[in-house]
Amino acid sequence: MKIKFMITAIAGAFALFSMTASADGHALRVGVEGAYPPFSWKESDGSLKGFDIDMAMEVCKRLDKKCVLIEQEWDGMIPALLAKKFDTIIASMSITEERKKKVDFTIKYYNTPAKLVAKTDPGFDGTASGLNGKRLGVQRATTHQCSAEKLYPGAEIVLYATQEEVWQDLVAGRLDAQLSDSLQAYEGFLSLDAGKGYDFLGENLDDIECQGVGAGFTVRKQDSALRDQLSQVILDIRADGTYKALNDKYFAVDIYGN
Amino acid sequence: MTTEQTFFEYLVHVSENHSPLDFMLIADHLDKFFFGALLTLEITALALVIGGAMAVPLAIARAYRHRWLNGPIWAFTYVFRGTPLLVQIYLVYYGLAQFDFVRESFLWDPVLSSPWWCALITFSLNTAAYTTEFLRGAIENTARGEIEAAKACGMSKIQMMRRVILPGAFRRALPAYSNEVIFMLHSSVVLSTITLQDILGVGRWLNGRYYLAYEGFITAMVFYMILVFLISQGFKFWEKKWLGHLMPRAVESTK
Repeated sequence: MKIKFMITAIAGAFALFSMTASADGHALRVGVEGAYPPFSWKESDGSLKGFDIDMAMEVCKRLDKKCVLIEQEWDGMIPALLAKKFDTIIASMSITEERKKKVDFTIKYYNTPAKLVAKTDPGFDGTASGLNGKRLGVQRATTHQCSAEKLYPGAEIVLYATQEEVWQDLVAGRLDAQLSDSLQAYEGFLSLDAGKGYDFLGENLDDIECQGVGAGFTVRKQDSALRDQLSQVILDIRADGTYKALNDKYFAVDIYGN
Repeated sequence: MTTEQTFFEYLVHVSENHSPLDFMLIADHLDKFFFGALLTLEITALALVIGGAMAVPLAIARAYRHRWLNGPIWAFTYVFRGTPLLVQIYLVYYGLAQFDFVRESFLWDPVLSSPWWCALITFSLNTAAYTTEFLRGAIENTARGEIEAAKACGMSKIQMMRRVILPGAFRRALPAYSNEVIFMLHSSVVLSTITLQDILGVGRWLNGRYYLAYEGFITAMVFYMILVFLISQGFKFWEKKWLGHLMPRAVESTK
């Protein structure tokens, strides 16, 4: 009696296991961040919103797969992808040479320049010498960390886990300036109440070595089939006007870049 | 000279081509890890000294159920022992900075705007809370005979506290205190969440810069292991010195 029960239980467990395994084949597990408005943020009810999130949903729809969004802290994104916690990252990750040593990218899905933000008329300029001895905040493990350390060697670089914490400390007065994506800076900070009295400082960053050639979806190196599929989807979305609709929902300018 | 150089080149070659870890990258940034270790030790040690100094009077007041102080001290230790250190440090660092009156106060520029000070204040209060409670236990566990003997010698209450009760209580609290020191060192990783470059902060920096998670975190782990080893060896020595009379000892049979 007991043995029979055990066999049934084991068989049941196997059935359950194979069921989830086959369900995985129909799902695309996407790593997202959720702390980078307007590209991705979290509503008070816990749901995820933003350009990256809409992009992920559109991609899943076109691949005819169920979307499983998995939230991940930024500096653990690539390790989590390599550990197969998800299949692709759709989280405004820039395509850079340093990252290409570990992972692979689709073609870009947008490209916006990076720029400094500081108090309006801060009393220093946005050059290497202007930032000498200043406290410059960046989000850890971003292209901006790379650029900040390279372009402003005299500044004290302060690292944060999320971009939201960078804004908090800029407002608190713990930072003299911060470096981030200009569009994120405008939409997520400067255009809001919190950003009053703050402005861009200096010109768009010209640093292709650190900044890369735009943001793409990230996949593991061995998943070249998925990479090509995703690249094709980006081209399709761009071609049939869906991109423009998504773009205009969030931004006043075309963020695709040249 | 030449053999040394070729051996070094061989090491570089192995590290770059065959090793799962990029040892050369770790070696290049080892100085950062040493500075990180200094910061970890600095804040942990200062907090233990300040927290420890606060804990002695608090523990005495708790042990003798001081009429007005006992309740507030109990509440203080309850709050700090009952909540995670991460929440406490977020409240002090990000929470306080939200209020304009805090940012405009005279304390903001020299103290509260600095992550270093926020960490030191939070860590000191946290370790004071834990130390107060086990020191109180040690004081309450003073053998009745010792107190009677001290009274019989005509010691005043203060003399008795200074000469008999506290020295004994410190000895009895030593094993628990060694745990507290090691816990404090482990908890100090929250420093990296408020932008300080402690050992873990440097590990996270390395991961952020080169996208190599193992290199940064394994190096950090080795650093913490070395520190914990040194601390536990130190306490072993002190326990032998001051608690030796309580240890089981080998007795030669005299038959």
